[in-house]
Amino acid sequence: MPEAGVELIAVTKQYGAVTAVDAIDLRIPSGSYCCLIGPSGCGKTSTLRMIAGHEKVSAGDVLLGGRNITLMPPAQRGTAMMFQNYALFPHLTCLDNVAFSLRMRGVERTERRRKAAEMLERVHLAEMAERRPAQLSGGQQQRIALARALITNPSVLLLDEPLSALDPFLRGKMREELKRLQRDLGITFIHVTHSQDEALALSDVVVVMERGKILQSDAPRAVFEKPRTPFVARFLGGHNILECRNQGGALALADGTAIRLDEAVPATATVRLAVRTDRMRLLQDDPAINRLAGDVTAVEYHGPFVRVGLQDKAGNDHSLLLSEADFYARPVALGDRVVAGFQPPDVHVLAN
Amino acid sequence: MTVTATAAPSGAAHSARVKLLTRLAPHLQALPLWLVMGVFLLIPIATIVMVSFWEDQEYTLAPGFILDNYRDVFGTFVTFSTYVSTLRYALIVWASTLAIGFTVAYVLAFHIRSTLWQMVLFQVCAVPFLTSNVIRMISWIPFLGRNGLLNSTLINLGITDHPLEFLLFSPFAVVLTFVHLYSLFMVVPIFNTMMRIDRSLIEAALDAGARPIEVMRHVIVPLSLPGIAIGTIFVVTLVMGDFVTVQMMSGGQSASVGLLIKNEISLLQYPEAAAHAVILLLTVLMMVWAILRVVDIRKEL
Repeated sequence: MPEAGVELIAVTKQYGAVTAVDAIDLRIPSGSYCCLIGPSGCGKTSTLRMIAGHEKVSAGDVLLGGRNITLMPPAQRGTAMMFQNYALFPHLTCLDNVAFSLRMRGVERTERRRKAAEMLERVHLAEMAERRPAQLSGGQQQRIALARALITNPSVLLLDEPLSALDPFLRGKMREELKRLQRDLGITFIHVTHSQDEALALSDVVVVMERGKILQSDAPRAVFEKPRTPFVARFLGGHNILECRNQGGALALADGTAIRLDEAVPATATVRLAVRTDRMRLLQDDPAINRLAGDVTAVEYHGPFVRVGLQDKAGNDHSLLLSEADFYARPVALGDRVVAGFQPPDVHVLAN
Repeated sequence: MTVTATAAPSGAAHSARVKLLTRLAPHLQALPLWLVMGVFLLIPIATIVMVSFWEDQEYTLAPGFILDNYRDVFGTFVTFSTYVSTLRYALIVWASTLAIGFTVAYVLAFHIRSTLWQMVLFQVCAVPFLTSNVIRMISWIPFLGRNGLLNSTLINLGITDHPLEFLLFSPFAVVLTFVHLYSLFMVVPIFNTMMRIDRSLIEAALDAGARPIEVMRHVIVPLSLPGIAIGTIFVVTLVMGDFVTVQMMSGGQSASVGLLIKNEISLLQYPEAAAHAVILLLTVLMMVWAILRVVDIRKEL
């Protein structure tokens, strides 16, 4: 069990009568990459800002490496924050931006300029030292912001939607660079995002939040394979949710199709199941179990795969991700009536 | 054949006309502004410059090109001491309005959280400025006078046993009135600039370990400079050109360049007044130029 890097104990944030973060407990191992993910207004940014010290904690404690930092000012916590719009000082050169916190700590001029230049070197922007932030591209500004945050050797770097302002190509590149930096430095990164791709690709720990609560926190693969609730399954995408009647442990869809699964069936009257969209297949025959019949409502070509939209009799929409080869072996068209099937190991039970 | 033959030349003439119009259009669009600027700014200034070289003969103006007026302006000690006094007023009033304006704007912009209160308090600052300058000026007189409100209060409280003489008709009264009249011209542009400062910059500075005073020094002040520059231009030009305030509040004991010009005009010494006006204009323009050299205000306009 690694030493707890950042630990939140019953942390709550209230804005007047509104509870933005509701008594959350979270343990982020030191040196890990953690993504807080959720829809807007779920409390992920408030949580990040409470860890940073830019938001007062209404109740609960924030611990860093065993120290209680709940009441400390931001700069004494050992955290550094990278702001969403980078928050670079427009009147200072890039070098002075990066050197700012050293200047505030009273580091002597030549020394802090040398260190800042080194840090610029690290983010490959040494030649931009004397430019103003406004003269830089979005990606460059972000690297300056990163350099400014890292120069104090923080033990935790807090990133507030760092990639949301970049174009898709740059976003992919920066994503790689963030991950590489985190691995090289060995410090904890806590990254707020609303993008599933980003969270899955980057993190060691994904924390899914909704309405001020943590719904699930685990390794990305564990969360994606076994989402705990329908919300998590929908939010991460890649799952079809099937609602079944439970008749003494035997599950059946609304149209009577029996469902076989490997997981234990809970004792509730209705059971919701998640089946990954990429584990469903279009069938030629029509088996009696684990089938989903419906009309094709969409066919989207995505290159390596094709998404087929399927609407069942009850009007619920589902998706199938078929490999390009599979789809074109037996293509279907809009309006076709099709039957999709799936295997018992691919059925996952969701908590209500 | 015939159709195309006849159509071609007239088409060419047409397109030439269109080309000409396209070239002229921007100039035509700018024409009204040129007219207004010309009639109300350029022609009057040109006239003043012209008259400043004319000759003043008893009660007539003789057109000509003489430098006597300028020689008089530079040749007398009165001019010099008047400029010193005017510049001193400008400096003191500038420093005072800057201190007040910056503080008020800072509190309004950063410490009043609700937009409603921000607007209400901003209006409270602005409403007195809907009354005339002269009325606001005169209202100080019953307050500051020898038997005025302030003196009688001080005497009744036993703080002093005789009325304070320096309160009214003194340089103090002039500065006080100027500050009262012109503080808003400092508050508004600084407030405007401060409202545009990204709040996350302050958090970023705090995150980097800046203390509140350092946030002020390294973030808020530098980013408020354009507003400070605009306010400074307002206040300095207003004070440099003033004559009413100085005359009324100093009780005629203090001089300013504006007052000097006004006196010359009432003596019908137009060429001398014009020469003074030209020098004053150049002085103020130089000050504005100096301010613009230091601060880039283009983003604020």
